[in-house]
Amino acid sequence: MTPLLDVQNLSKYYGQRIGCKDVSFDLYPGEVMGIVGESGSGKSTLLNCLAGHLEPDSGAVLFDTKTDGLKDTVTMSEPERRMLGRTDWAFVHQHARDGLRMGVSAGGNVGERLMAVGARHYGDIRAQAADWLGRVEIRADRIDDRPTAFSGGMQQRLQIARNLVTGPRLVFMDEPTGGLDVSVQARLLDMIRELVRDLGLSAIIVTHDLAVVRLLADRLIVMKDGHVVETGLTDQVLDDPQHSYSQLLVSSVLQV
Amino acid sequence: MSDYNFAYLDEQTKRMIRRAILKGLAIPGYQVPFASREMPMPYGWGTGGVQVTAACLTPDDTLKVIDQGADDTTNAVSIRRFFEKTAAVGVTQATTQASVIQTRHRIPEEPLNEDQILVYQVPIPEPLRFLEPRETETRKMHALEEYGLIHVKLFEDISQHGQIATAYAYPVKVEGRYVMDPSPIPRFDNPKMEMAAIQLFGAGREQRIYAIPPYTQVVSLDFDDYPFEASKAEGACALCAADHTYLDEVIVDDDGGRMFVCSDTDYCESRRQAGHVGAQGTPMGKDAA
Amino acid sequence: MITVKNATKSFVLHNQGGAVIPVMGNGNLTVNPGECVGLTGASGAGKSTLMRMIYGNYLTQSGEIRVGDLDVAQAEPREILQMRKHTLGYVSQFLRVVPRVPTLNVVAEPLLQRGTPRDAALERASELLSLLRIPERLWDLSPLTFSGGEQQRVNIARGFAYDYPALLLDEPTASLDGRNRETVLGLIETAKARGTAIVGIFHDKAARKQVCTREIDVIEFAPKAAA
Repeated sequence: MTPLLDVQNLSKYYGQRIGCKDVSFDLYPGEVMGIVGESGSGKSTLLNCLAGHLEPDSGAVLFDTKTDGLKDTVTMSEPERRMLGRTDWAFVHQHARDGLRMGVSAGGNVGERLMAVGARHYGDIRAQAADWLGRVEIRADRIDDRPTAFSGGMQQRLQIARNLVTGPRLVFMDEPTGGLDVSVQARLLDMIRELVRDLGLSAIIVTHDLAVVRLLADRLIVMKDGHVVETGLTDQVLDDPQHSYSQLLVSSVLQV
Repeated sequence: MSDYNFAYLDEQTKRMIRRAILKGLAIPGYQVPFASREMPMPYGWGTGGVQVTAACLTPDDTLKVIDQGADDTTNAVSIRRFFEKTAAVGVTQATTQASVIQTRHRIPEEPLNEDQILVYQVPIPEPLRFLEPRETETRKMHALEEYGLIHVKLFEDISQHGQIATAYAYPVKVEGRYVMDPSPIPRFDNPKMEMAAIQLFGAGREQRIYAIPPYTQVVSLDFDDYPFEASKAEGACALCAADHTYLDEVIVDDDGGRMFVCSDTDYCESRRQAGHVGAQGTPMGKDAA
Repeated sequence: MITVKNATKSFVLHNQGGAVIPVMGNGNLTVNPGECVGLTGASGAGKSTLMRMIYGNYLTQSGEIRVGDLDVAQAEPREILQMRKHTLGYVSQFLRVVPRVPTLNVVAEPLLQRGTPRDAALERASELLSLLRIPERLWDLSPLTFSGGEQQRVNIARGFAYDYPALLLDEPTASLDGRNRETVLGLIETAKARGTAIVGIFHDKAARKQVCTREIDVIEFAPKAAA
């Protein structure tokens, strides 16, 4: 079985400062990987390097492309990488407004990715957009409303629909539940989990919320100061952390 | 003759602009950056078009300037006088007589020929601008032919209005490659862009020149189930009875009275000369009295 | 089906001066298909620890833990995930679920994960919930709102939704009344009859006598130095 993603010695520096250093891991189809660590630990840098938003200074990010098998996305041509960004990859931003076009209707937001890969039949595009809005529990009569008229949770669900409409195989999520009310968070978590399961998606989720990864992630990477300090099964890392920093992180969670 | 250099601009500037024009012609629909000069008129009044015209004119040229199809509006008259003064070229209102036609927001009704150049004034050359504000990003989208976004605009139109409501500056794809803003011409004019004459587009404030060589494929973007339609107001010209031309609505009194007349004044007049009379028109000759 | 050989485990508490707490010195255990082995020993002796080691929830320092063909002590995370999906079920004492997910879906989850059609999965879940006497009016509610005993039964229903070849049961009958206790023991008997290899912790002595084919006192596994 080929991994969907094979990350090898990925490093990114900001001048002298380490963004992330020597990160290696693989991700198999259907797996959800959580990346945890405190602010500034390099988890967002890592995610952006993986998703092609930042250029790493060294290392490789091999992705199992549909046509050519494993291919280094760092060295592939920009058009090819951007094409992946519209088809096989999805990126869910923490702030929905970074991932949505706020001046475009919900239907247009979802339809954009379809049009970006060549869909030219309005009726079909709209039907697919409506279907996806339904799947993320946005009522059909909101299809022509702009995201500015949506609540935070709805915006986030719209962002997810917009990302998943072209059937990506790998979803990058940056704090997908950050900034949402806990009640909205729970619903969103369940939705993400169901979508991941039903569509057989792989996902990489960056968060500082250990409860989120416990519920969503199969595996965990713990980062500190740009380094990976521990990896393993999510429940194993949380219940039997080996590294001193992981132990500190786990023991620092507030109990409700 | 005035003390200005021929056609106002200095020779180096005109060479620079001609290079941009040639590059534009070589890459149809591609926006070529150029060092737009300050012109003795405000931005929005055709500074881009004027610079392109200045770079194209030769002393033997005959110039026609139209604004929304009319030869006699302030903008058209000013620019025509500007070149009469600075280049001493012949001017005309007859489309067929002109070798260079500068236009704001129309293509003449009379088909142009291979000896003519049509210069458009362009306010905003970037068709993706209102959806993607970052210039770096739109340039990349052009470079990589990522044009899904332009359809989002048309999609929004249909969602909101039940049809593609974009009536002017309707985006086109040139020679199967670059998506281009045809300047704010009515979409009625879009099909005419596949023509025998050279078409040059100048955006002064935005510092861009682009071009369509003769007989280039120009396709108006649309959806399979909402095909492009070149629309115009229903009916015929009240003066010349033409039912195949783009019509302007003219309010004639304070009671909501109105009439539709050809937007292309020269074309309308030629038809009336030829004896066509519309519902509210009077036969030529008697009109003057 | 389940074999533990010379397994050791200790916790290192880095944030408390690097204190090392050995919890298992020499774990040895074999469970054959159709067997139910009861772990006994005082509270804190390491019964749950062993179970968690078998499930891959705790890392094993040395030794071997085989579940089917897989050595859990050495396995890659994704191999353990596959094992949990297809081979080894675990009914823990605690119910850990996404808030606000309906009980019926919680129970059907292991089946859905394996790709069982939704209808079939939900039907099996309803069957088990009925069997364990969770009133149907509660099925659409999250189990997090339930009483301890109800949560325990939901947990058991989930553990038995799919017929795993091997099962770990941590106090499955702890907070159950007589009739439900009988039902759960019945489920265990059925699983045994089907050839499931089971490791269980039962404080309820009668239950242990009833379903366990063997008992092992984990005190045998205790670290020598600490003992």
